Amino acid sequence: MTQRIVTFLCAVLAFGPLQMAFAAEVGREAPNCALNAIGDAKAYGLKQFKGQVVFVDFWSSWCGPCAQSFSFLNELHRDLKDRGLQVIGVNLDEAAEDAKAFLAAHPANFTVVADANQQCAKDFDVKAMPSSYLVDRNGVIRHVHLGFRLEEAKAFRALAEQLLAENTERK
Amino acid sequence: MKRARLATPASFTVTLFAILSVCLPACTSVAPWERGNLAKPHMALNPSPMQSALRSHQYGSREASSGGGAAGGGGCGCY
Repeated sequence: MTQRIVTFLCAVLAFGPLQMAFAAEVGREAPNCALNAIGDAKAYGLKQFKGQVVFVDFWSSWCGPCAQSFSFLNELHRDLKDRGLQVIGVNLDEAAEDAKAFLAAHPANFTVVADANQQCAKDFDVKAMPSSYLVDRNGVIRHVHLGFRLEEAKAFRALAEQLLAENTERK
Repeated sequence: MKRARLATPASFTVTLFAILSVCLPACTSVAPWERGNLAKPHMALNPSPMQSALRSHQYGSREASSGGGAAGGGGCGCY
Protein backbone atom coordinates (compact mmCIF):
# COMPACT_ATOMS: atom_id res chain seq x y z
CA MET A 1 0.00 0.00 0.00
CA THR A 2 2.75 2.40 1.07
CA GLN A 3 4.72 1.52 -2.04
CA ARG A 4 1.71 2.31 -4.24
CA ILE A 5 1.23 5.69 -2.65
CA VAL A 6 4.92 6.55 -3.00
CA THR A 7 4.83 5.41 -6.66
CA PHE A 8 1.77 7.58 -7.28
CA LEU A 9 3.43 10.63 -5.71
CA CYS A 10 6.59 10.06 -7.74
CA ALA A 11 4.48 9.82 -10.90
CA VAL A 12 2.75 13.10 -10.08
CA LEU A 13 6.11 14.80 -9.58
CA ALA A 14 7.62 13.22 -12.71
CA PHE A 15 4.77 14.01 -15.12
CA GLY A 16 4.00 17.45 -13.72
CA PRO A 17 6.35 19.29 -16.10
CA LEU A 18 4.94 17.44 -19.16
CA GLN A 19 3.08 20.54 -20.30
CA MET A 20 6.41 22.34 -20.44
CA ALA A 21 7.79 19.64 -22.73
CA PHE A 22 5.03 20.33 -25.27
CA ALA A 23 5.26 24.11 -24.93
CA ALA A 24 5.86 26.21 -27.99
CA GLU A 25 9.49 27.04 -28.65
CA VAL A 26 11.79 27.88 -31.53
CA GLY A 27 11.74 25.13 -34.16
CA ARG A 28 8.37 23.73 -33.12
CA GLU A 29 5.09 24.13 -34.95
CA ALA A 30 2.99 27.02 -33.64
CA PRO A 31 -0.10 25.89 -31.72
CA ASN A 32 -3.35 26.32 -33.63
CA CYS A 33 -5.02 28.66 -31.18
CA ALA A 34 -8.72 29.41 -31.28
CA LEU A 35 -9.05 33.18 -30.91
CA ASN A 36 -11.95 35.59 -31.00
CA ALA A 37 -12.31 39.16 -32.10
CA ILE A 38 -12.68 41.45 -29.07
CA GLY A 39 -16.35 41.96 -28.28
CA ASP A 40 -17.80 39.78 -31.04
CA ALA A 41 -17.93 36.14 -31.95
CA LYS A 42 -15.77 36.20 -35.08
CA ALA A 43 -13.37 33.30 -34.64
CA TYR A 44 -9.79 33.05 -35.81
CA GLY A 45 -7.41 30.10 -35.90
CA LEU A 46 -3.67 30.57 -36.31
CA LYS A 47 -3.61 27.85 -39.00
CA GLN A 48 -5.66 30.07 -41.31
CA PHE A 49 -2.61 32.32 -41.73
CA LYS A 50 -0.41 29.50 -43.03
CA GLY A 51 1.55 30.69 -46.04
CA GLN A 52 2.10 34.07 -44.41
CA VAL A 53 4.74 35.12 -41.92
CA VAL A 54 2.84 35.71 -38.67
CA PHE A 55 3.94 38.03 -35.89
CA VAL A 56 2.00 36.98 -32.75
CA ASP A 57 2.19 39.52 -29.94
CA PHE A 58 0.64 38.80 -26.53
CA TRP A 59 -0.42 41.96 -24.67
CA SER A 60 -2.55 43.28 -21.81
CA SER A 61 -4.02 46.68 -21.01
CA TRP A 62 -2.15 46.95 -17.69
CA CYS A 63 1.26 46.29 -19.23
CA GLY A 64 3.30 49.47 -19.80
CA PRO A 65 5.74 48.11 -22.41
CA CYS A 66 2.74 46.77 -24.39
CA ALA A 67 1.46 50.33 -24.80
CA GLN A 68 4.89 51.38 -26.10
CA SER A 69 4.96 48.48 -28.53
CA PHE A 70 1.73 49.43 -30.32
CA SER A 71 3.25 52.20 -32.44
CA PHE A 72 6.00 49.77 -33.50
CA LEU A 73 3.43 47.09 -34.37
CA ASN A 74 1.39 49.59 -36.39
CA GLU A 75 4.54 50.54 -38.27
CA LEU A 76 5.39 46.90 -38.88
CA HIS A 77 1.89 46.23 -40.21
CA ARG A 78 1.96 49.31 -42.47
CA ASP A 79 5.39 48.54 -43.96
CA LEU A 80 5.33 44.77 -44.31
CA LYS A 81 1.70 43.68 -44.81
CA ASP A 82 2.05 43.82 -48.59
CA ARG A 83 5.04 41.49 -48.41
CA GLY A 84 2.97 38.90 -46.54
CA LEU A 85 3.39 39.73 -42.85
CA GLN A 86 0.36 39.23 -40.64
CA VAL A 87 0.58 41.04 -37.30
CA ILE A 88 -1.76 39.61 -34.65
CA GLY A 89 -2.10 41.17 -31.21
CA VAL A 90 -3.51 38.63 -28.77
CA ASN A 91 -5.16 40.32 -25.80
CA LEU A 92 -5.02 38.55 -22.44
CA ASP A 93 -7.17 40.88 -20.34
CA GLU A 94 -9.72 39.28 -18.07
CA ALA A 95 -12.28 42.02 -18.84
CA ALA A 96 -12.93 42.94 -22.48
CA GLU A 97 -13.78 46.51 -21.36
CA ASP A 98 -10.16 47.05 -20.24
CA ALA A 99 -8.93 46.00 -23.67
CA LYS A 100 -11.44 48.28 -25.42
CA ALA A 101 -10.40 51.28 -23.30
CA PHE A 102 -6.75 50.53 -24.08
CA LEU A 103 -7.46 50.28 -27.80
CA ALA A 104 -9.31 53.61 -27.69
CA ALA A 105 -6.16 55.23 -26.25
CA HIS A 106 -3.71 53.24 -28.41
CA PRO A 107 -5.39 52.55 -31.77
CA ALA A 108 -4.25 49.38 -33.52
CA ASN A 109 -4.31 49.04 -37.31
CA PHE A 110 -3.30 45.37 -37.19
CA THR A 111 -5.50 42.38 -36.29
CA VAL A 112 -6.38 42.37 -32.59
CA VAL A 113 -7.96 39.28 -31.09
CA ALA A 114 -8.80 38.06 -27.60
CA ASP A 115 -7.76 34.83 -25.95
CA ALA A 116 -10.72 34.62 -23.59
CA ASN A 117 -9.79 31.40 -21.78
CA GLN A 118 -6.02 32.04 -21.95
CA GLN A 119 -5.53 28.68 -23.67
CA CYS A 120 -3.45 30.21 -26.44
CA ALA A 121 -1.11 31.82 -23.89
CA LYS A 122 -0.76 28.44 -22.17
CA ASP A 123 -0.09 26.67 -25.47
CA PHE A 124 2.57 29.22 -26.38
CA ASP A 125 3.92 29.09 -22.80
CA VAL A 126 4.02 32.88 -22.58
CA LYS A 127 6.73 33.81 -20.08
CA ALA A 128 6.49 37.60 -20.00
CA MET A 129 4.30 40.49 -21.04
CA PRO A 130 4.60 41.39 -23.84
CA SER A 131 5.87 38.29 -25.68
CA SER A 132 6.33 38.13 -29.43
CA TYR A 133 6.58 35.06 -31.63
CA LEU A 134 7.61 35.03 -35.28
CA VAL A 135 6.03 32.16 -37.20
CA ASP A 136 7.29 31.38 -40.70
CA ARG A 137 5.26 30.51 -43.79
CA ASN A 138 5.22 26.84 -42.81
CA GLY A 139 3.71 27.53 -39.38
CA VAL A 140 6.97 26.93 -37.48
CA ILE A 141 8.00 29.25 -34.65
CA ARG A 142 11.34 30.76 -35.68
CA HIS A 143 12.00 33.52 -33.18
CA VAL A 144 10.73 34.44 -29.71
CA HIS A 145 11.17 37.80 -28.04
CA LEU A 146 10.26 38.74 -24.48
CA GLY A 147 9.42 42.30 -23.51
CA PHE A 148 9.66 45.43 -25.60
CA ARG A 149 12.66 47.70 -26.13
CA LEU A 150 12.88 49.79 -29.27
CA GLU A 151 16.42 48.68 -30.25
CA GLU A 152 15.54 45.00 -29.79
CA ALA A 153 12.28 45.51 -31.67
CA LYS A 154 14.25 46.87 -34.64
CA ALA A 155 16.40 43.73 -34.62
CA PHE A 156 13.22 41.63 -34.45
CA ARG A 157 11.84 43.50 -37.45
CA ALA A 158 14.98 42.58 -39.38
CA LEU A 159 14.32 38.92 -38.51
CA ALA A 160 10.74 39.27 -39.78
CA GLU A 161 12.03 40.73 -43.06
CA GLN A 162 14.47 37.84 -43.32
CA LEU A 163 11.60 35.33 -42.94
CA LEU A 164 9.57 37.21 -45.56
CA ALA A 165 12.52 36.95 -47.94
CA GLU A 166 12.81 33.17 -47.43
CA ASN A 167 9.60 32.51 -49.37
CA THR A 168 9.91 28.73 -49.18
CA GLU A 169 6.54 27.28 -48.34
CA ARG A 170 6.37 23.51 -48.02
CA LYS A 171 3.56 21.98 -50.02
CA MET B 1 2.71 0.30 32.97
CA LYS B 2 1.29 0.28 29.48
CA ARG B 3 3.38 2.18 26.94
CA ALA B 4 1.64 4.29 24.31
CA ARG B 5 1.94 2.79 20.82
CA LEU B 6 4.27 4.78 18.60
CA ALA B 7 3.46 5.16 14.92
CA THR B 8 5.53 2.90 12.67
CA PRO B 9 8.02 4.65 10.35
CA ALA B 10 6.02 3.55 7.28
CA SER B 11 2.72 5.02 8.43
CA PHE B 12 4.55 8.15 9.52
CA THR B 13 6.01 8.53 6.01
CA VAL B 14 2.61 7.99 4.41
CA THR B 15 1.02 10.60 6.67
CA LEU B 16 3.83 13.05 5.94
CA PHE B 17 3.45 12.55 2.18
CA ALA B 18 -0.32 12.93 2.45
CA ILE B 19 0.05 16.23 4.32
CA LEU B 20 2.68 17.48 1.87
CA SER B 21 0.59 16.55 -1.17
CA VAL B 22 -2.40 18.40 0.32
CA CYS B 23 -0.16 21.47 0.66
CA LEU B 24 1.21 21.20 -2.90
CA PRO B 25 -1.73 22.85 -4.71
CA ALA B 26 -0.99 26.02 -2.74
CA CYS B 27 2.40 26.26 -4.45
CA THR B 28 1.18 27.59 -7.75
CA SER B 29 2.90 30.17 -9.86
CA VAL B 30 1.08 33.26 -11.12
CA ALA B 31 1.11 33.27 -14.90
CA PRO B 32 2.52 36.42 -16.56
CA TRP B 33 -0.92 37.34 -17.92
CA GLU B 34 -2.54 37.06 -14.47
CA ARG B 35 -0.52 39.91 -12.98
CA GLY B 36 -2.98 42.68 -13.78
CA ASN B 37 -3.72 43.36 -10.11
CA LEU B 38 -0.03 43.29 -9.21
CA ALA B 39 0.58 45.92 -11.88
CA LYS B 40 -1.71 48.47 -10.23
CA PRO B 41 0.15 51.49 -8.85
CA HIS B 42 -1.02 50.89 -5.28
CA MET B 43 0.53 47.39 -5.37
CA ALA B 44 4.01 48.76 -5.97
CA LEU B 45 6.49 48.18 -3.15
CA ASN B 46 7.72 51.70 -3.66
CA PRO B 47 4.69 53.94 -4.31
CA SER B 48 6.77 57.01 -5.12
CA PRO B 49 10.21 56.20 -6.57
CA MET B 50 11.04 59.90 -7.12
CA GLN B 51 10.31 60.83 -3.51
CA SER B 52 12.25 57.89 -2.08
CA ALA B 53 15.20 58.66 -4.38
CA LEU B 54 15.27 62.25 -3.09
CA ARG B 55 14.96 61.07 0.50
CA SER B 56 17.75 58.55 0.15
CA HIS B 57 19.91 61.24 -1.46
CA GLN B 58 19.25 63.54 1.49
CA TYR B 59 19.86 60.70 3.92
CA GLY B 60 23.13 59.82 2.24
CA SER B 61 24.46 63.36 2.47
CA ARG B 62 23.35 63.76 6.08
CA GLU B 63 24.43 60.41 7.47
CA ALA B 64 27.34 59.64 5.15
CA SER B 65 25.72 56.28 4.36
CA SER B 66 23.35 54.99 1.72
CA GLY B 67 21.26 52.00 0.66
CA GLY B 68 19.19 49.54 2.63
CA GLY B 69 16.10 51.70 2.41
CA ALA B 70 14.03 49.65 -0.04
CA ALA B 71 13.49 46.14 -1.37
CA GLY B 72 13.61 45.16 -5.01
CA GLY B 73 11.07 43.11 -6.95
CA GLY B 74 7.28 43.05 -7.14
CA GLY B 75 5.11 44.63 -9.81
CA CYS B 76 3.72 43.23 -13.01
CA GLY B 77 6.83 41.37 -14.09
CA CYS B 78 6.74 43.18 -17.42
CA TYR B 79 9.96 43.12 -19.31
